[in-house]
Amino acid sequence: MKVLIPDPLRSYTDERRQVEADGATLGEVLADLDRRFPGIRFRMIDEQDALRRHIRIFVNGEQVRSLDVPLAGSDEVFIVQALSGG
Amino acid sequence: MKIDSRAYLVPPAASTGAVALLVATRKGAFTLKSDPARRAWKIAGPMFFGHTVHHMVLDPRDRRTLLVAARTGHLGPTVYRSTDFGKNWKEATKPPAFPKVPEGQKGRVVDHTFWLTPGHPSEPNAWYAGTSPQGLFRSEDGGDTWVPVAGFNDHPMYTKWTGGEQDGTPDGPKMHSVIVDPRNARHLYVGMSSGGVFESVDKGADWKPLNAGCRADFRPDPLPEYGHDPHCVKIHPLAPGILYQQNHCGIYRMERSTGKWVRIGENMPKKIGDIGFPIVLHPRDPKTVWVFPMDGTSVWPRTSPGGKPAAYVTRNAGKTWQRQDAGLPARQGWFTVKRQAMSCDAHDPVGLYFGTTGGEIWASRNEGAKWTCIARYLPEIYAVEAAGPR
Repeated sequence: MKVLIPDPLRSYTDERRQVEADGATLGEVLADLDRRFPGIRFRMIDEQDALRRHIRIFVNGEQVRSLDVPLAGSDEVFIVQALSGG
Repeated sequence: MKIDSRAYLVPPAASTGAVALLVATRKGAFTLKSDPARRAWKIAGPMFFGHTVHHMVLDPRDRRTLLVAARTGHLGPTVYRSTDFGKNWKEATKPPAFPKVPEGQKGRVVDHTFWLTPGHPSEPNAWYAGTSPQGLFRSEDGGDTWVPVAGFNDHPMYTKWTGGEQDGTPDGPKMHSVIVDPRNARHLYVGMSSGGVFESVDKGADWKPLNAGCRADFRPDPLPEYGHDPHCVKIHPLAPGILYQQNHCGIYRMERSTGKWVRIGENMPKKIGDIGFPIVLHPRDPKTVWVFPMDGTSVWPRTSPGGKPAAYVTRNAGKTWQRQDAGLPARQGWFTVKRQAMSCDAHDPVGLYFGTTGGEIWASRNEGAKWTCIARYLPEIYAVEAAGPR
């Protein structure tokens, strides 16, 4: 499915804004994303499988908070990166 | 545990080549390279631009490998590694991270890696990392993959030793000053803000507090077993039975055989006090130590006392101290020098370096007798490590 990558994480995707990843849940999609672009997941998801404080993920325009949310191949995953600090 | 009983290890010859300063800042990493005379400096960077870089360290075992502890305000923490002194970088496959806990339990999360220490010379690919919140991690593959040192992180006393999230620095409680005894790879020390100084004699399998004699004036019991705030702890490389620390509550020295810290900062001028962040040891003379005092009165401005920055040196293990301010601003100089932001090279005379939170780097080619500003306008400086790359 289509995954949209925010600017600060594009160093992992060869600066591509949109990439493909597969999986039946958001957790599986992020795991697949990490296989394709090693290291990207840990910058977004901490070791307790929680979204980091300034990361938001939307599926088809709706914000999701759990990695267990089921996904279909036609879904669009939009990763949003808040900016913080001065 | 058997520790080499020699009081002094054989001193190496003084360095003579170019010096590289590894500068970690809130907005990226920089290097400053000198000519062999240490008169001219050339700056390069920023690397990891926009990242908060807490520490950049050269591996003294090959003098080519660099490790960097980095994060941004919004992305998780990671470690980068270069085997060609910064020409090419690779991110760690498995950065320091606490183990995942079962569903329903609250697990710890590494906010940032704060401190990097190369392992013992007998363990060529070993590294240690200290994190915020307090955690100790070890890599055995040159910094590519990291595993928790369970003997510390899961110690039954961990919570009591480290306190809660509020028992630390404004930027989060930290493990720092990870020290490997040059005589024995199994003999380790760590410092924690807060927590105190701790020691392991079995390569991290078990730990004991090592704070006797050190004050913790901010606690109800000013001489507790743990709960102290060491700002920076150093072991002397040639006399590893001697430790020094710049603590929240003064400057201390310990002869490890006594097991007791002695406050040598009492001998500092009273109007300056003995509060600061960094402490630097002469690479060949265990009695020579530098500190950079800050104002620890009232609400703790943490700036140079009176707006008159100065280093102080002792040449007799803390019995007397001399002010070293030649070349530094005589007034209105409100420097803050963080715990990792002062270091020395191994030349003769020793070169001293410090970076300020205002983005300046100051150097002395003559053991602090005269200071020169060699860089300014950098981002807030967290760490300055002097290194001698090949």
